[in-house]
Amino acid sequence: MKLPRWLRLPTQPLLRHLLLAVAGGLVLYVITLSVSQYDNLELAEIGWYAIAIAGLSVLTGVNGQISLGHGAFMAVGAYSAGLMMEHFDLPLIVPVLVAVGAAAVIGGLVGLPATRLKGPYLAGVTLALAFAVQDLPNKFSSLFNGDQGIIVNPPTPPGTVPAERWLAWITLFGAVVGMVILANFLRSRFGRSLRAVRDDEIAASAAGLNPARLRVLTFAVSAAAAGLAGGLFALWSGIVSPDSFSLFLSIQLLAGMVIGGSGSLIGAWWGALALVYIPEWTQNVSGHFNLSAGVKANMQNAVFGLLIIVIMMLAPSGIQGWLRSLWSAIGRLARRSKGDSDQAVAPLTSTPSPERISP
Amino acid sequence: MKTTPRMRSRTLMTASLLGAVSLVAAACGTTSAKPTATTTPGVTASQIILGTTTPLSGPAAPGYSEIAPAAGAIFDYVNAHGGIFGRKIKFIIDNDQYNPTLTVPMTKQLVQADNVFATVGGLGTPTQLAVQPYLNSQKIPQLFIASGCACWTDSKYPYSFGFQPNYIVEGKILGSYVKKNFAGEKVGYLYQDDEFGLDGVKGLDQEISKSSIAGEQNYQGTSAGLAAGLGNQISALKNAGAKVVVLYTIPAATALALLAAAELRWSPQWVISSVGADPPTLAGLLSSFSKKAVTGTALLNGAITNAYLPPESDASNAWVKLSKSILTTYDKGYTAWDGNAEYGAALGYATVELLEAAGKNLTRPGLIKALETDGSKFATSGLVPFTYSASDHYGFSGSEIVKIENGNVNPVSPIYESTNTGPITTYTGSQAPVPNLFKGA
Amino acid sequence: MGRFVDLTLNGFTYGVIYAAVALGLVLIWRATRIVNFAQGALATLTTYIAVSLLDRSVNYWLAFAGALFAGLVIGALTERVFIRPLYGKPDLNPIVVSIGLLILVESIAGAIWGSGDRGFEPAFSQIGISVGKTHLEFSHFDVFVLASVLVLMVGILVLFRWTNLGLRMRASAFAPEVARLLGVRVGRILTTGWALATFAGALAGLLVAPKVLLSPNMMDPILVYGFAAAVLGGLDSPLGALVGGIVTGLGISYVGGYMGSSMETVGAAVLLIVVLSIRPEGIFSRPSARRV
Repeated sequence: MKLPRWLRLPTQPLLRHLLLAVAGGLVLYVITLSVSQYDNLELAEIGWYAIAIAGLSVLTGVNGQISLGHGAFMAVGAYSAGLMMEHFDLPLIVPVLVAVGAAAVIGGLVGLPATRLKGPYLAGVTLALAFAVQDLPNKFSSLFNGDQGIIVNPPTPPGTVPAERWLAWITLFGAVVGMVILANFLRSRFGRSLRAVRDDEIAASAAGLNPARLRVLTFAVSAAAAGLAGGLFALWSGIVSPDSFSLFLSIQLLAGMVIGGSGSLIGAWWGALALVYIPEWTQNVSGHFNLSAGVKANMQNAVFGLLIIVIMMLAPSGIQGWLRSLWSAIGRLARRSKGDSDQAVAPLTSTPSPERISP
Repeated sequence: MKTTPRMRSRTLMTASLLGAVSLVAAACGTTSAKPTATTTPGVTASQIILGTTTPLSGPAAPGYSEIAPAAGAIFDYVNAHGGIFGRKIKFIIDNDQYNPTLTVPMTKQLVQADNVFATVGGLGTPTQLAVQPYLNSQKIPQLFIASGCACWTDSKYPYSFGFQPNYIVEGKILGSYVKKNFAGEKVGYLYQDDEFGLDGVKGLDQEISKSSIAGEQNYQGTSAGLAAGLGNQISALKNAGAKVVVLYTIPAATALALLAAAELRWSPQWVISSVGADPPTLAGLLSSFSKKAVTGTALLNGAITNAYLPPESDASNAWVKLSKSILTTYDKGYTAWDGNAEYGAALGYATVELLEAAGKNLTRPGLIKALETDGSKFATSGLVPFTYSASDHYGFSGSEIVKIENGNVNPVSPIYESTNTGPITTYTGSQAPVPNLFKGA
Repeated sequence: MGRFVDLTLNGFTYGVIYAAVALGLVLIWRATRIVNFAQGALATLTTYIAVSLLDRSVNYWLAFAGALFAGLVIGALTERVFIRPLYGKPDLNPIVVSIGLLILVESIAGAIWGSGDRGFEPAFSQIGISVGKTHLEFSHFDVFVLASVLVLMVGILVLFRWTNLGLRMRASAFAPEVARLLGVRVGRILTTGWALATFAGALAGLLVAPKVLLSPNMMDPILVYGFAAAVLGGLDSPLGALVGGIVTGLGISYVGGYMGSSMETVGAAVLLIVVLSIRPEGIFSRPSARRV
């Protein structure tokens, strides 16, 4: 059974992504209107997590490289935005764009050696970066205000919009726009070149592509997404301080990516949901058992660790991959029962299927 | 978000997934409780809900994880004896791992989902700074912040109150003791390179002249900060000719500094901020890792520190006796009596007294007013009164200098009080007796 | 001058410990082309096992040996349970799993032994040795640190060069298919590699704990320094790990001592980026043919 033509999404990537984004955005908008202010705050948190994970996912899923220190690029974005907002009175978009730019530049610099590095080397470099970024604010304390960090005033909502809802709108809007850009980036000629390089570097070079340049650029794009997340984070948290960007944050982002499905932009949303709600659930569930304080306190991290391991071993394409295979299984069943020979439409998601890219 | 189930194109599946994300979010969202319609959130005829965030795990947890449970034990004790105006205190402790990224949502959850009346004893400077604007904008009292940051008195944030003497005041009191008692000796500093250490140094610098400073060294308060010990810093101070070394360090760093000096066979006069000088904690750390060389208490012998709570080893002190008996019964995770347990208990007492002072008709503005007008008259479990007033939101007003001898602390000075810029004065009052409120009556 | 000597001695001792961590990373890399980011966490675990034994009044050296033995067992188990299923999968899978193990193991340690710092008894006195009138920042315990890591290194070298097991290990690492055809039980050899690596890590944990206090996160930064050491050494060579460890230890000591403590982690990151920009496979690595 084919959908009527007008019901199908356009094939032109930009249009398609925009339509999807508008649809998703509308749904999110309705939700922000109907839930409590605390829930709005969590929606805002989901927003910045999602775009940060999406950035990491582009690096890992498309470039085949891994960063254990993506929190460091978030820090670059958050500090840039925070400093801008502290010293200048500019419309919100400016500091956020500066955050994106600064993270992209730093990401490109770090990515330079990455062009020639195999996965584990890069992982180690970024791990070292995750530690270093926490010490820098103290070294340049007069600029970054040391461990107390930079206070960011919450954005003033227009009219009678509650502050939390306004925050949710800003971060979700930022995240959705970021996603559209990433999706188009991946569908562009550039994205195709990247995949070519990932799949067969020699052949790609022979075809005239420059793998090194492509990799640096992907690293910059990935870091830029983290920078956007950092800028939104600064607004959400109201403070930018070194303690926010511990190794744990980078590991959380990695966990979110693995749980959601690496290489998938939609998966980034699942990952963000998991990062926001799993700790809450863990806390609620462990509250019902008579556990010692020490066990309770370590429960959240243990659950994250276990989840990463189990998913990586049993379902390395994460929730999104699982949903995809579930969906195609349902599709096969339905076709068989109906004798429907309709071909599945070509994959629409802007990233290649996780079975292919992901680890 | 309603898509007809028949649509099978992957195109629309993708779209609906986006929607599903949102639906899940919404479903999760709507489970949290809506505020009940009382005039004051968190207060009913039979209950007062309070909340806190504190590190129960992670790098900052050592020691600090005892504080909130100890305060909770005081509340349980008061609850078991009838509560405050018939209201029992419900105390919610969230583990923020000393990470502002977690403090923010947890605090907002405390306010919006758990509906707390106030936060009490939230631990840490960056963590509590992160929620200060929010709590104040919602007019929610941010009481007895467990940090000595000199930043809690700020007219922009009338709902925030610190608890311990701020680090500048503490530094001044230690500095003036050094100036008086070790005149002519070269002094070295070792401090944590953050607001805690830097504020301490600000206070020290007000008293100790630049010319007598032999050297200043620091270490990072981050997880990598102590990964290579403190040997380099201590050797630098030794080589610079310091005879007196002032430590603005957390207990682990104090222990490593003492050990590094022992390795160099160097025994300067140690002067240690109260933050990093808790003798039971240090003796525990030192005895087990230098048993074969020297005893921990021997390394610590003769060290000077300051105290704003009575010595934990003073078994005859009425407050100490009371706290120990309450914690033994009511603190489930209670393992040992030490400075952190004493600190938590002090927090608990102060909170109960404040709730009592705020009266039967409990409101947030009423609570703030009670603290600003009566706070300085509270019978604290500390050596000094609180400084609270409309223009001062720090906690304890000062401290005394004590010397650590064989694991005990013995006062070697009168009790001093001061402010960030004012002179150092002597406090002559004696410690407040335990009020009837806590006598199980 | 005294300061330079102190910085050198201190950096040297820590460097030797980083070398032990690096050696563990190298052993696993040689055997399975995996960087084990859980190496530090596993070492913390074995050190806590020693603490538990000591708390039960077990003789110090027995507890020490117990922790090392636990390292062998835990390493072997880790390989069989978590890593074996991942061979042949993309590079990234084992990295992610080892990161998962890192936080899982650290939270288990925190749940069992508490998140607090605790001291760890050194094998020998930590009071510095005196030469004439100068007291060096170098104790009997530091001598022990040096000696035990050297023994470990020599042991591993002897094992690789002159034993049948070593030969099979090298064969499995460089040509697993050929080794398998020749009747080498490659799986068992890989398990042995992981066991030895975790043994080396366990030793590092026991040596560093008396110097920096034991807590669940103790090894996190040390792993980073150990990784830097391993990369400097080329990730492939045990001897490179030793040299890389000492260079890293001295470097961090001088940078921290002369430029301020906040530059220690920054220095390590910069060092890694610079070295890898110039030589993507480490300083001491033999240039390998580009795989086509």
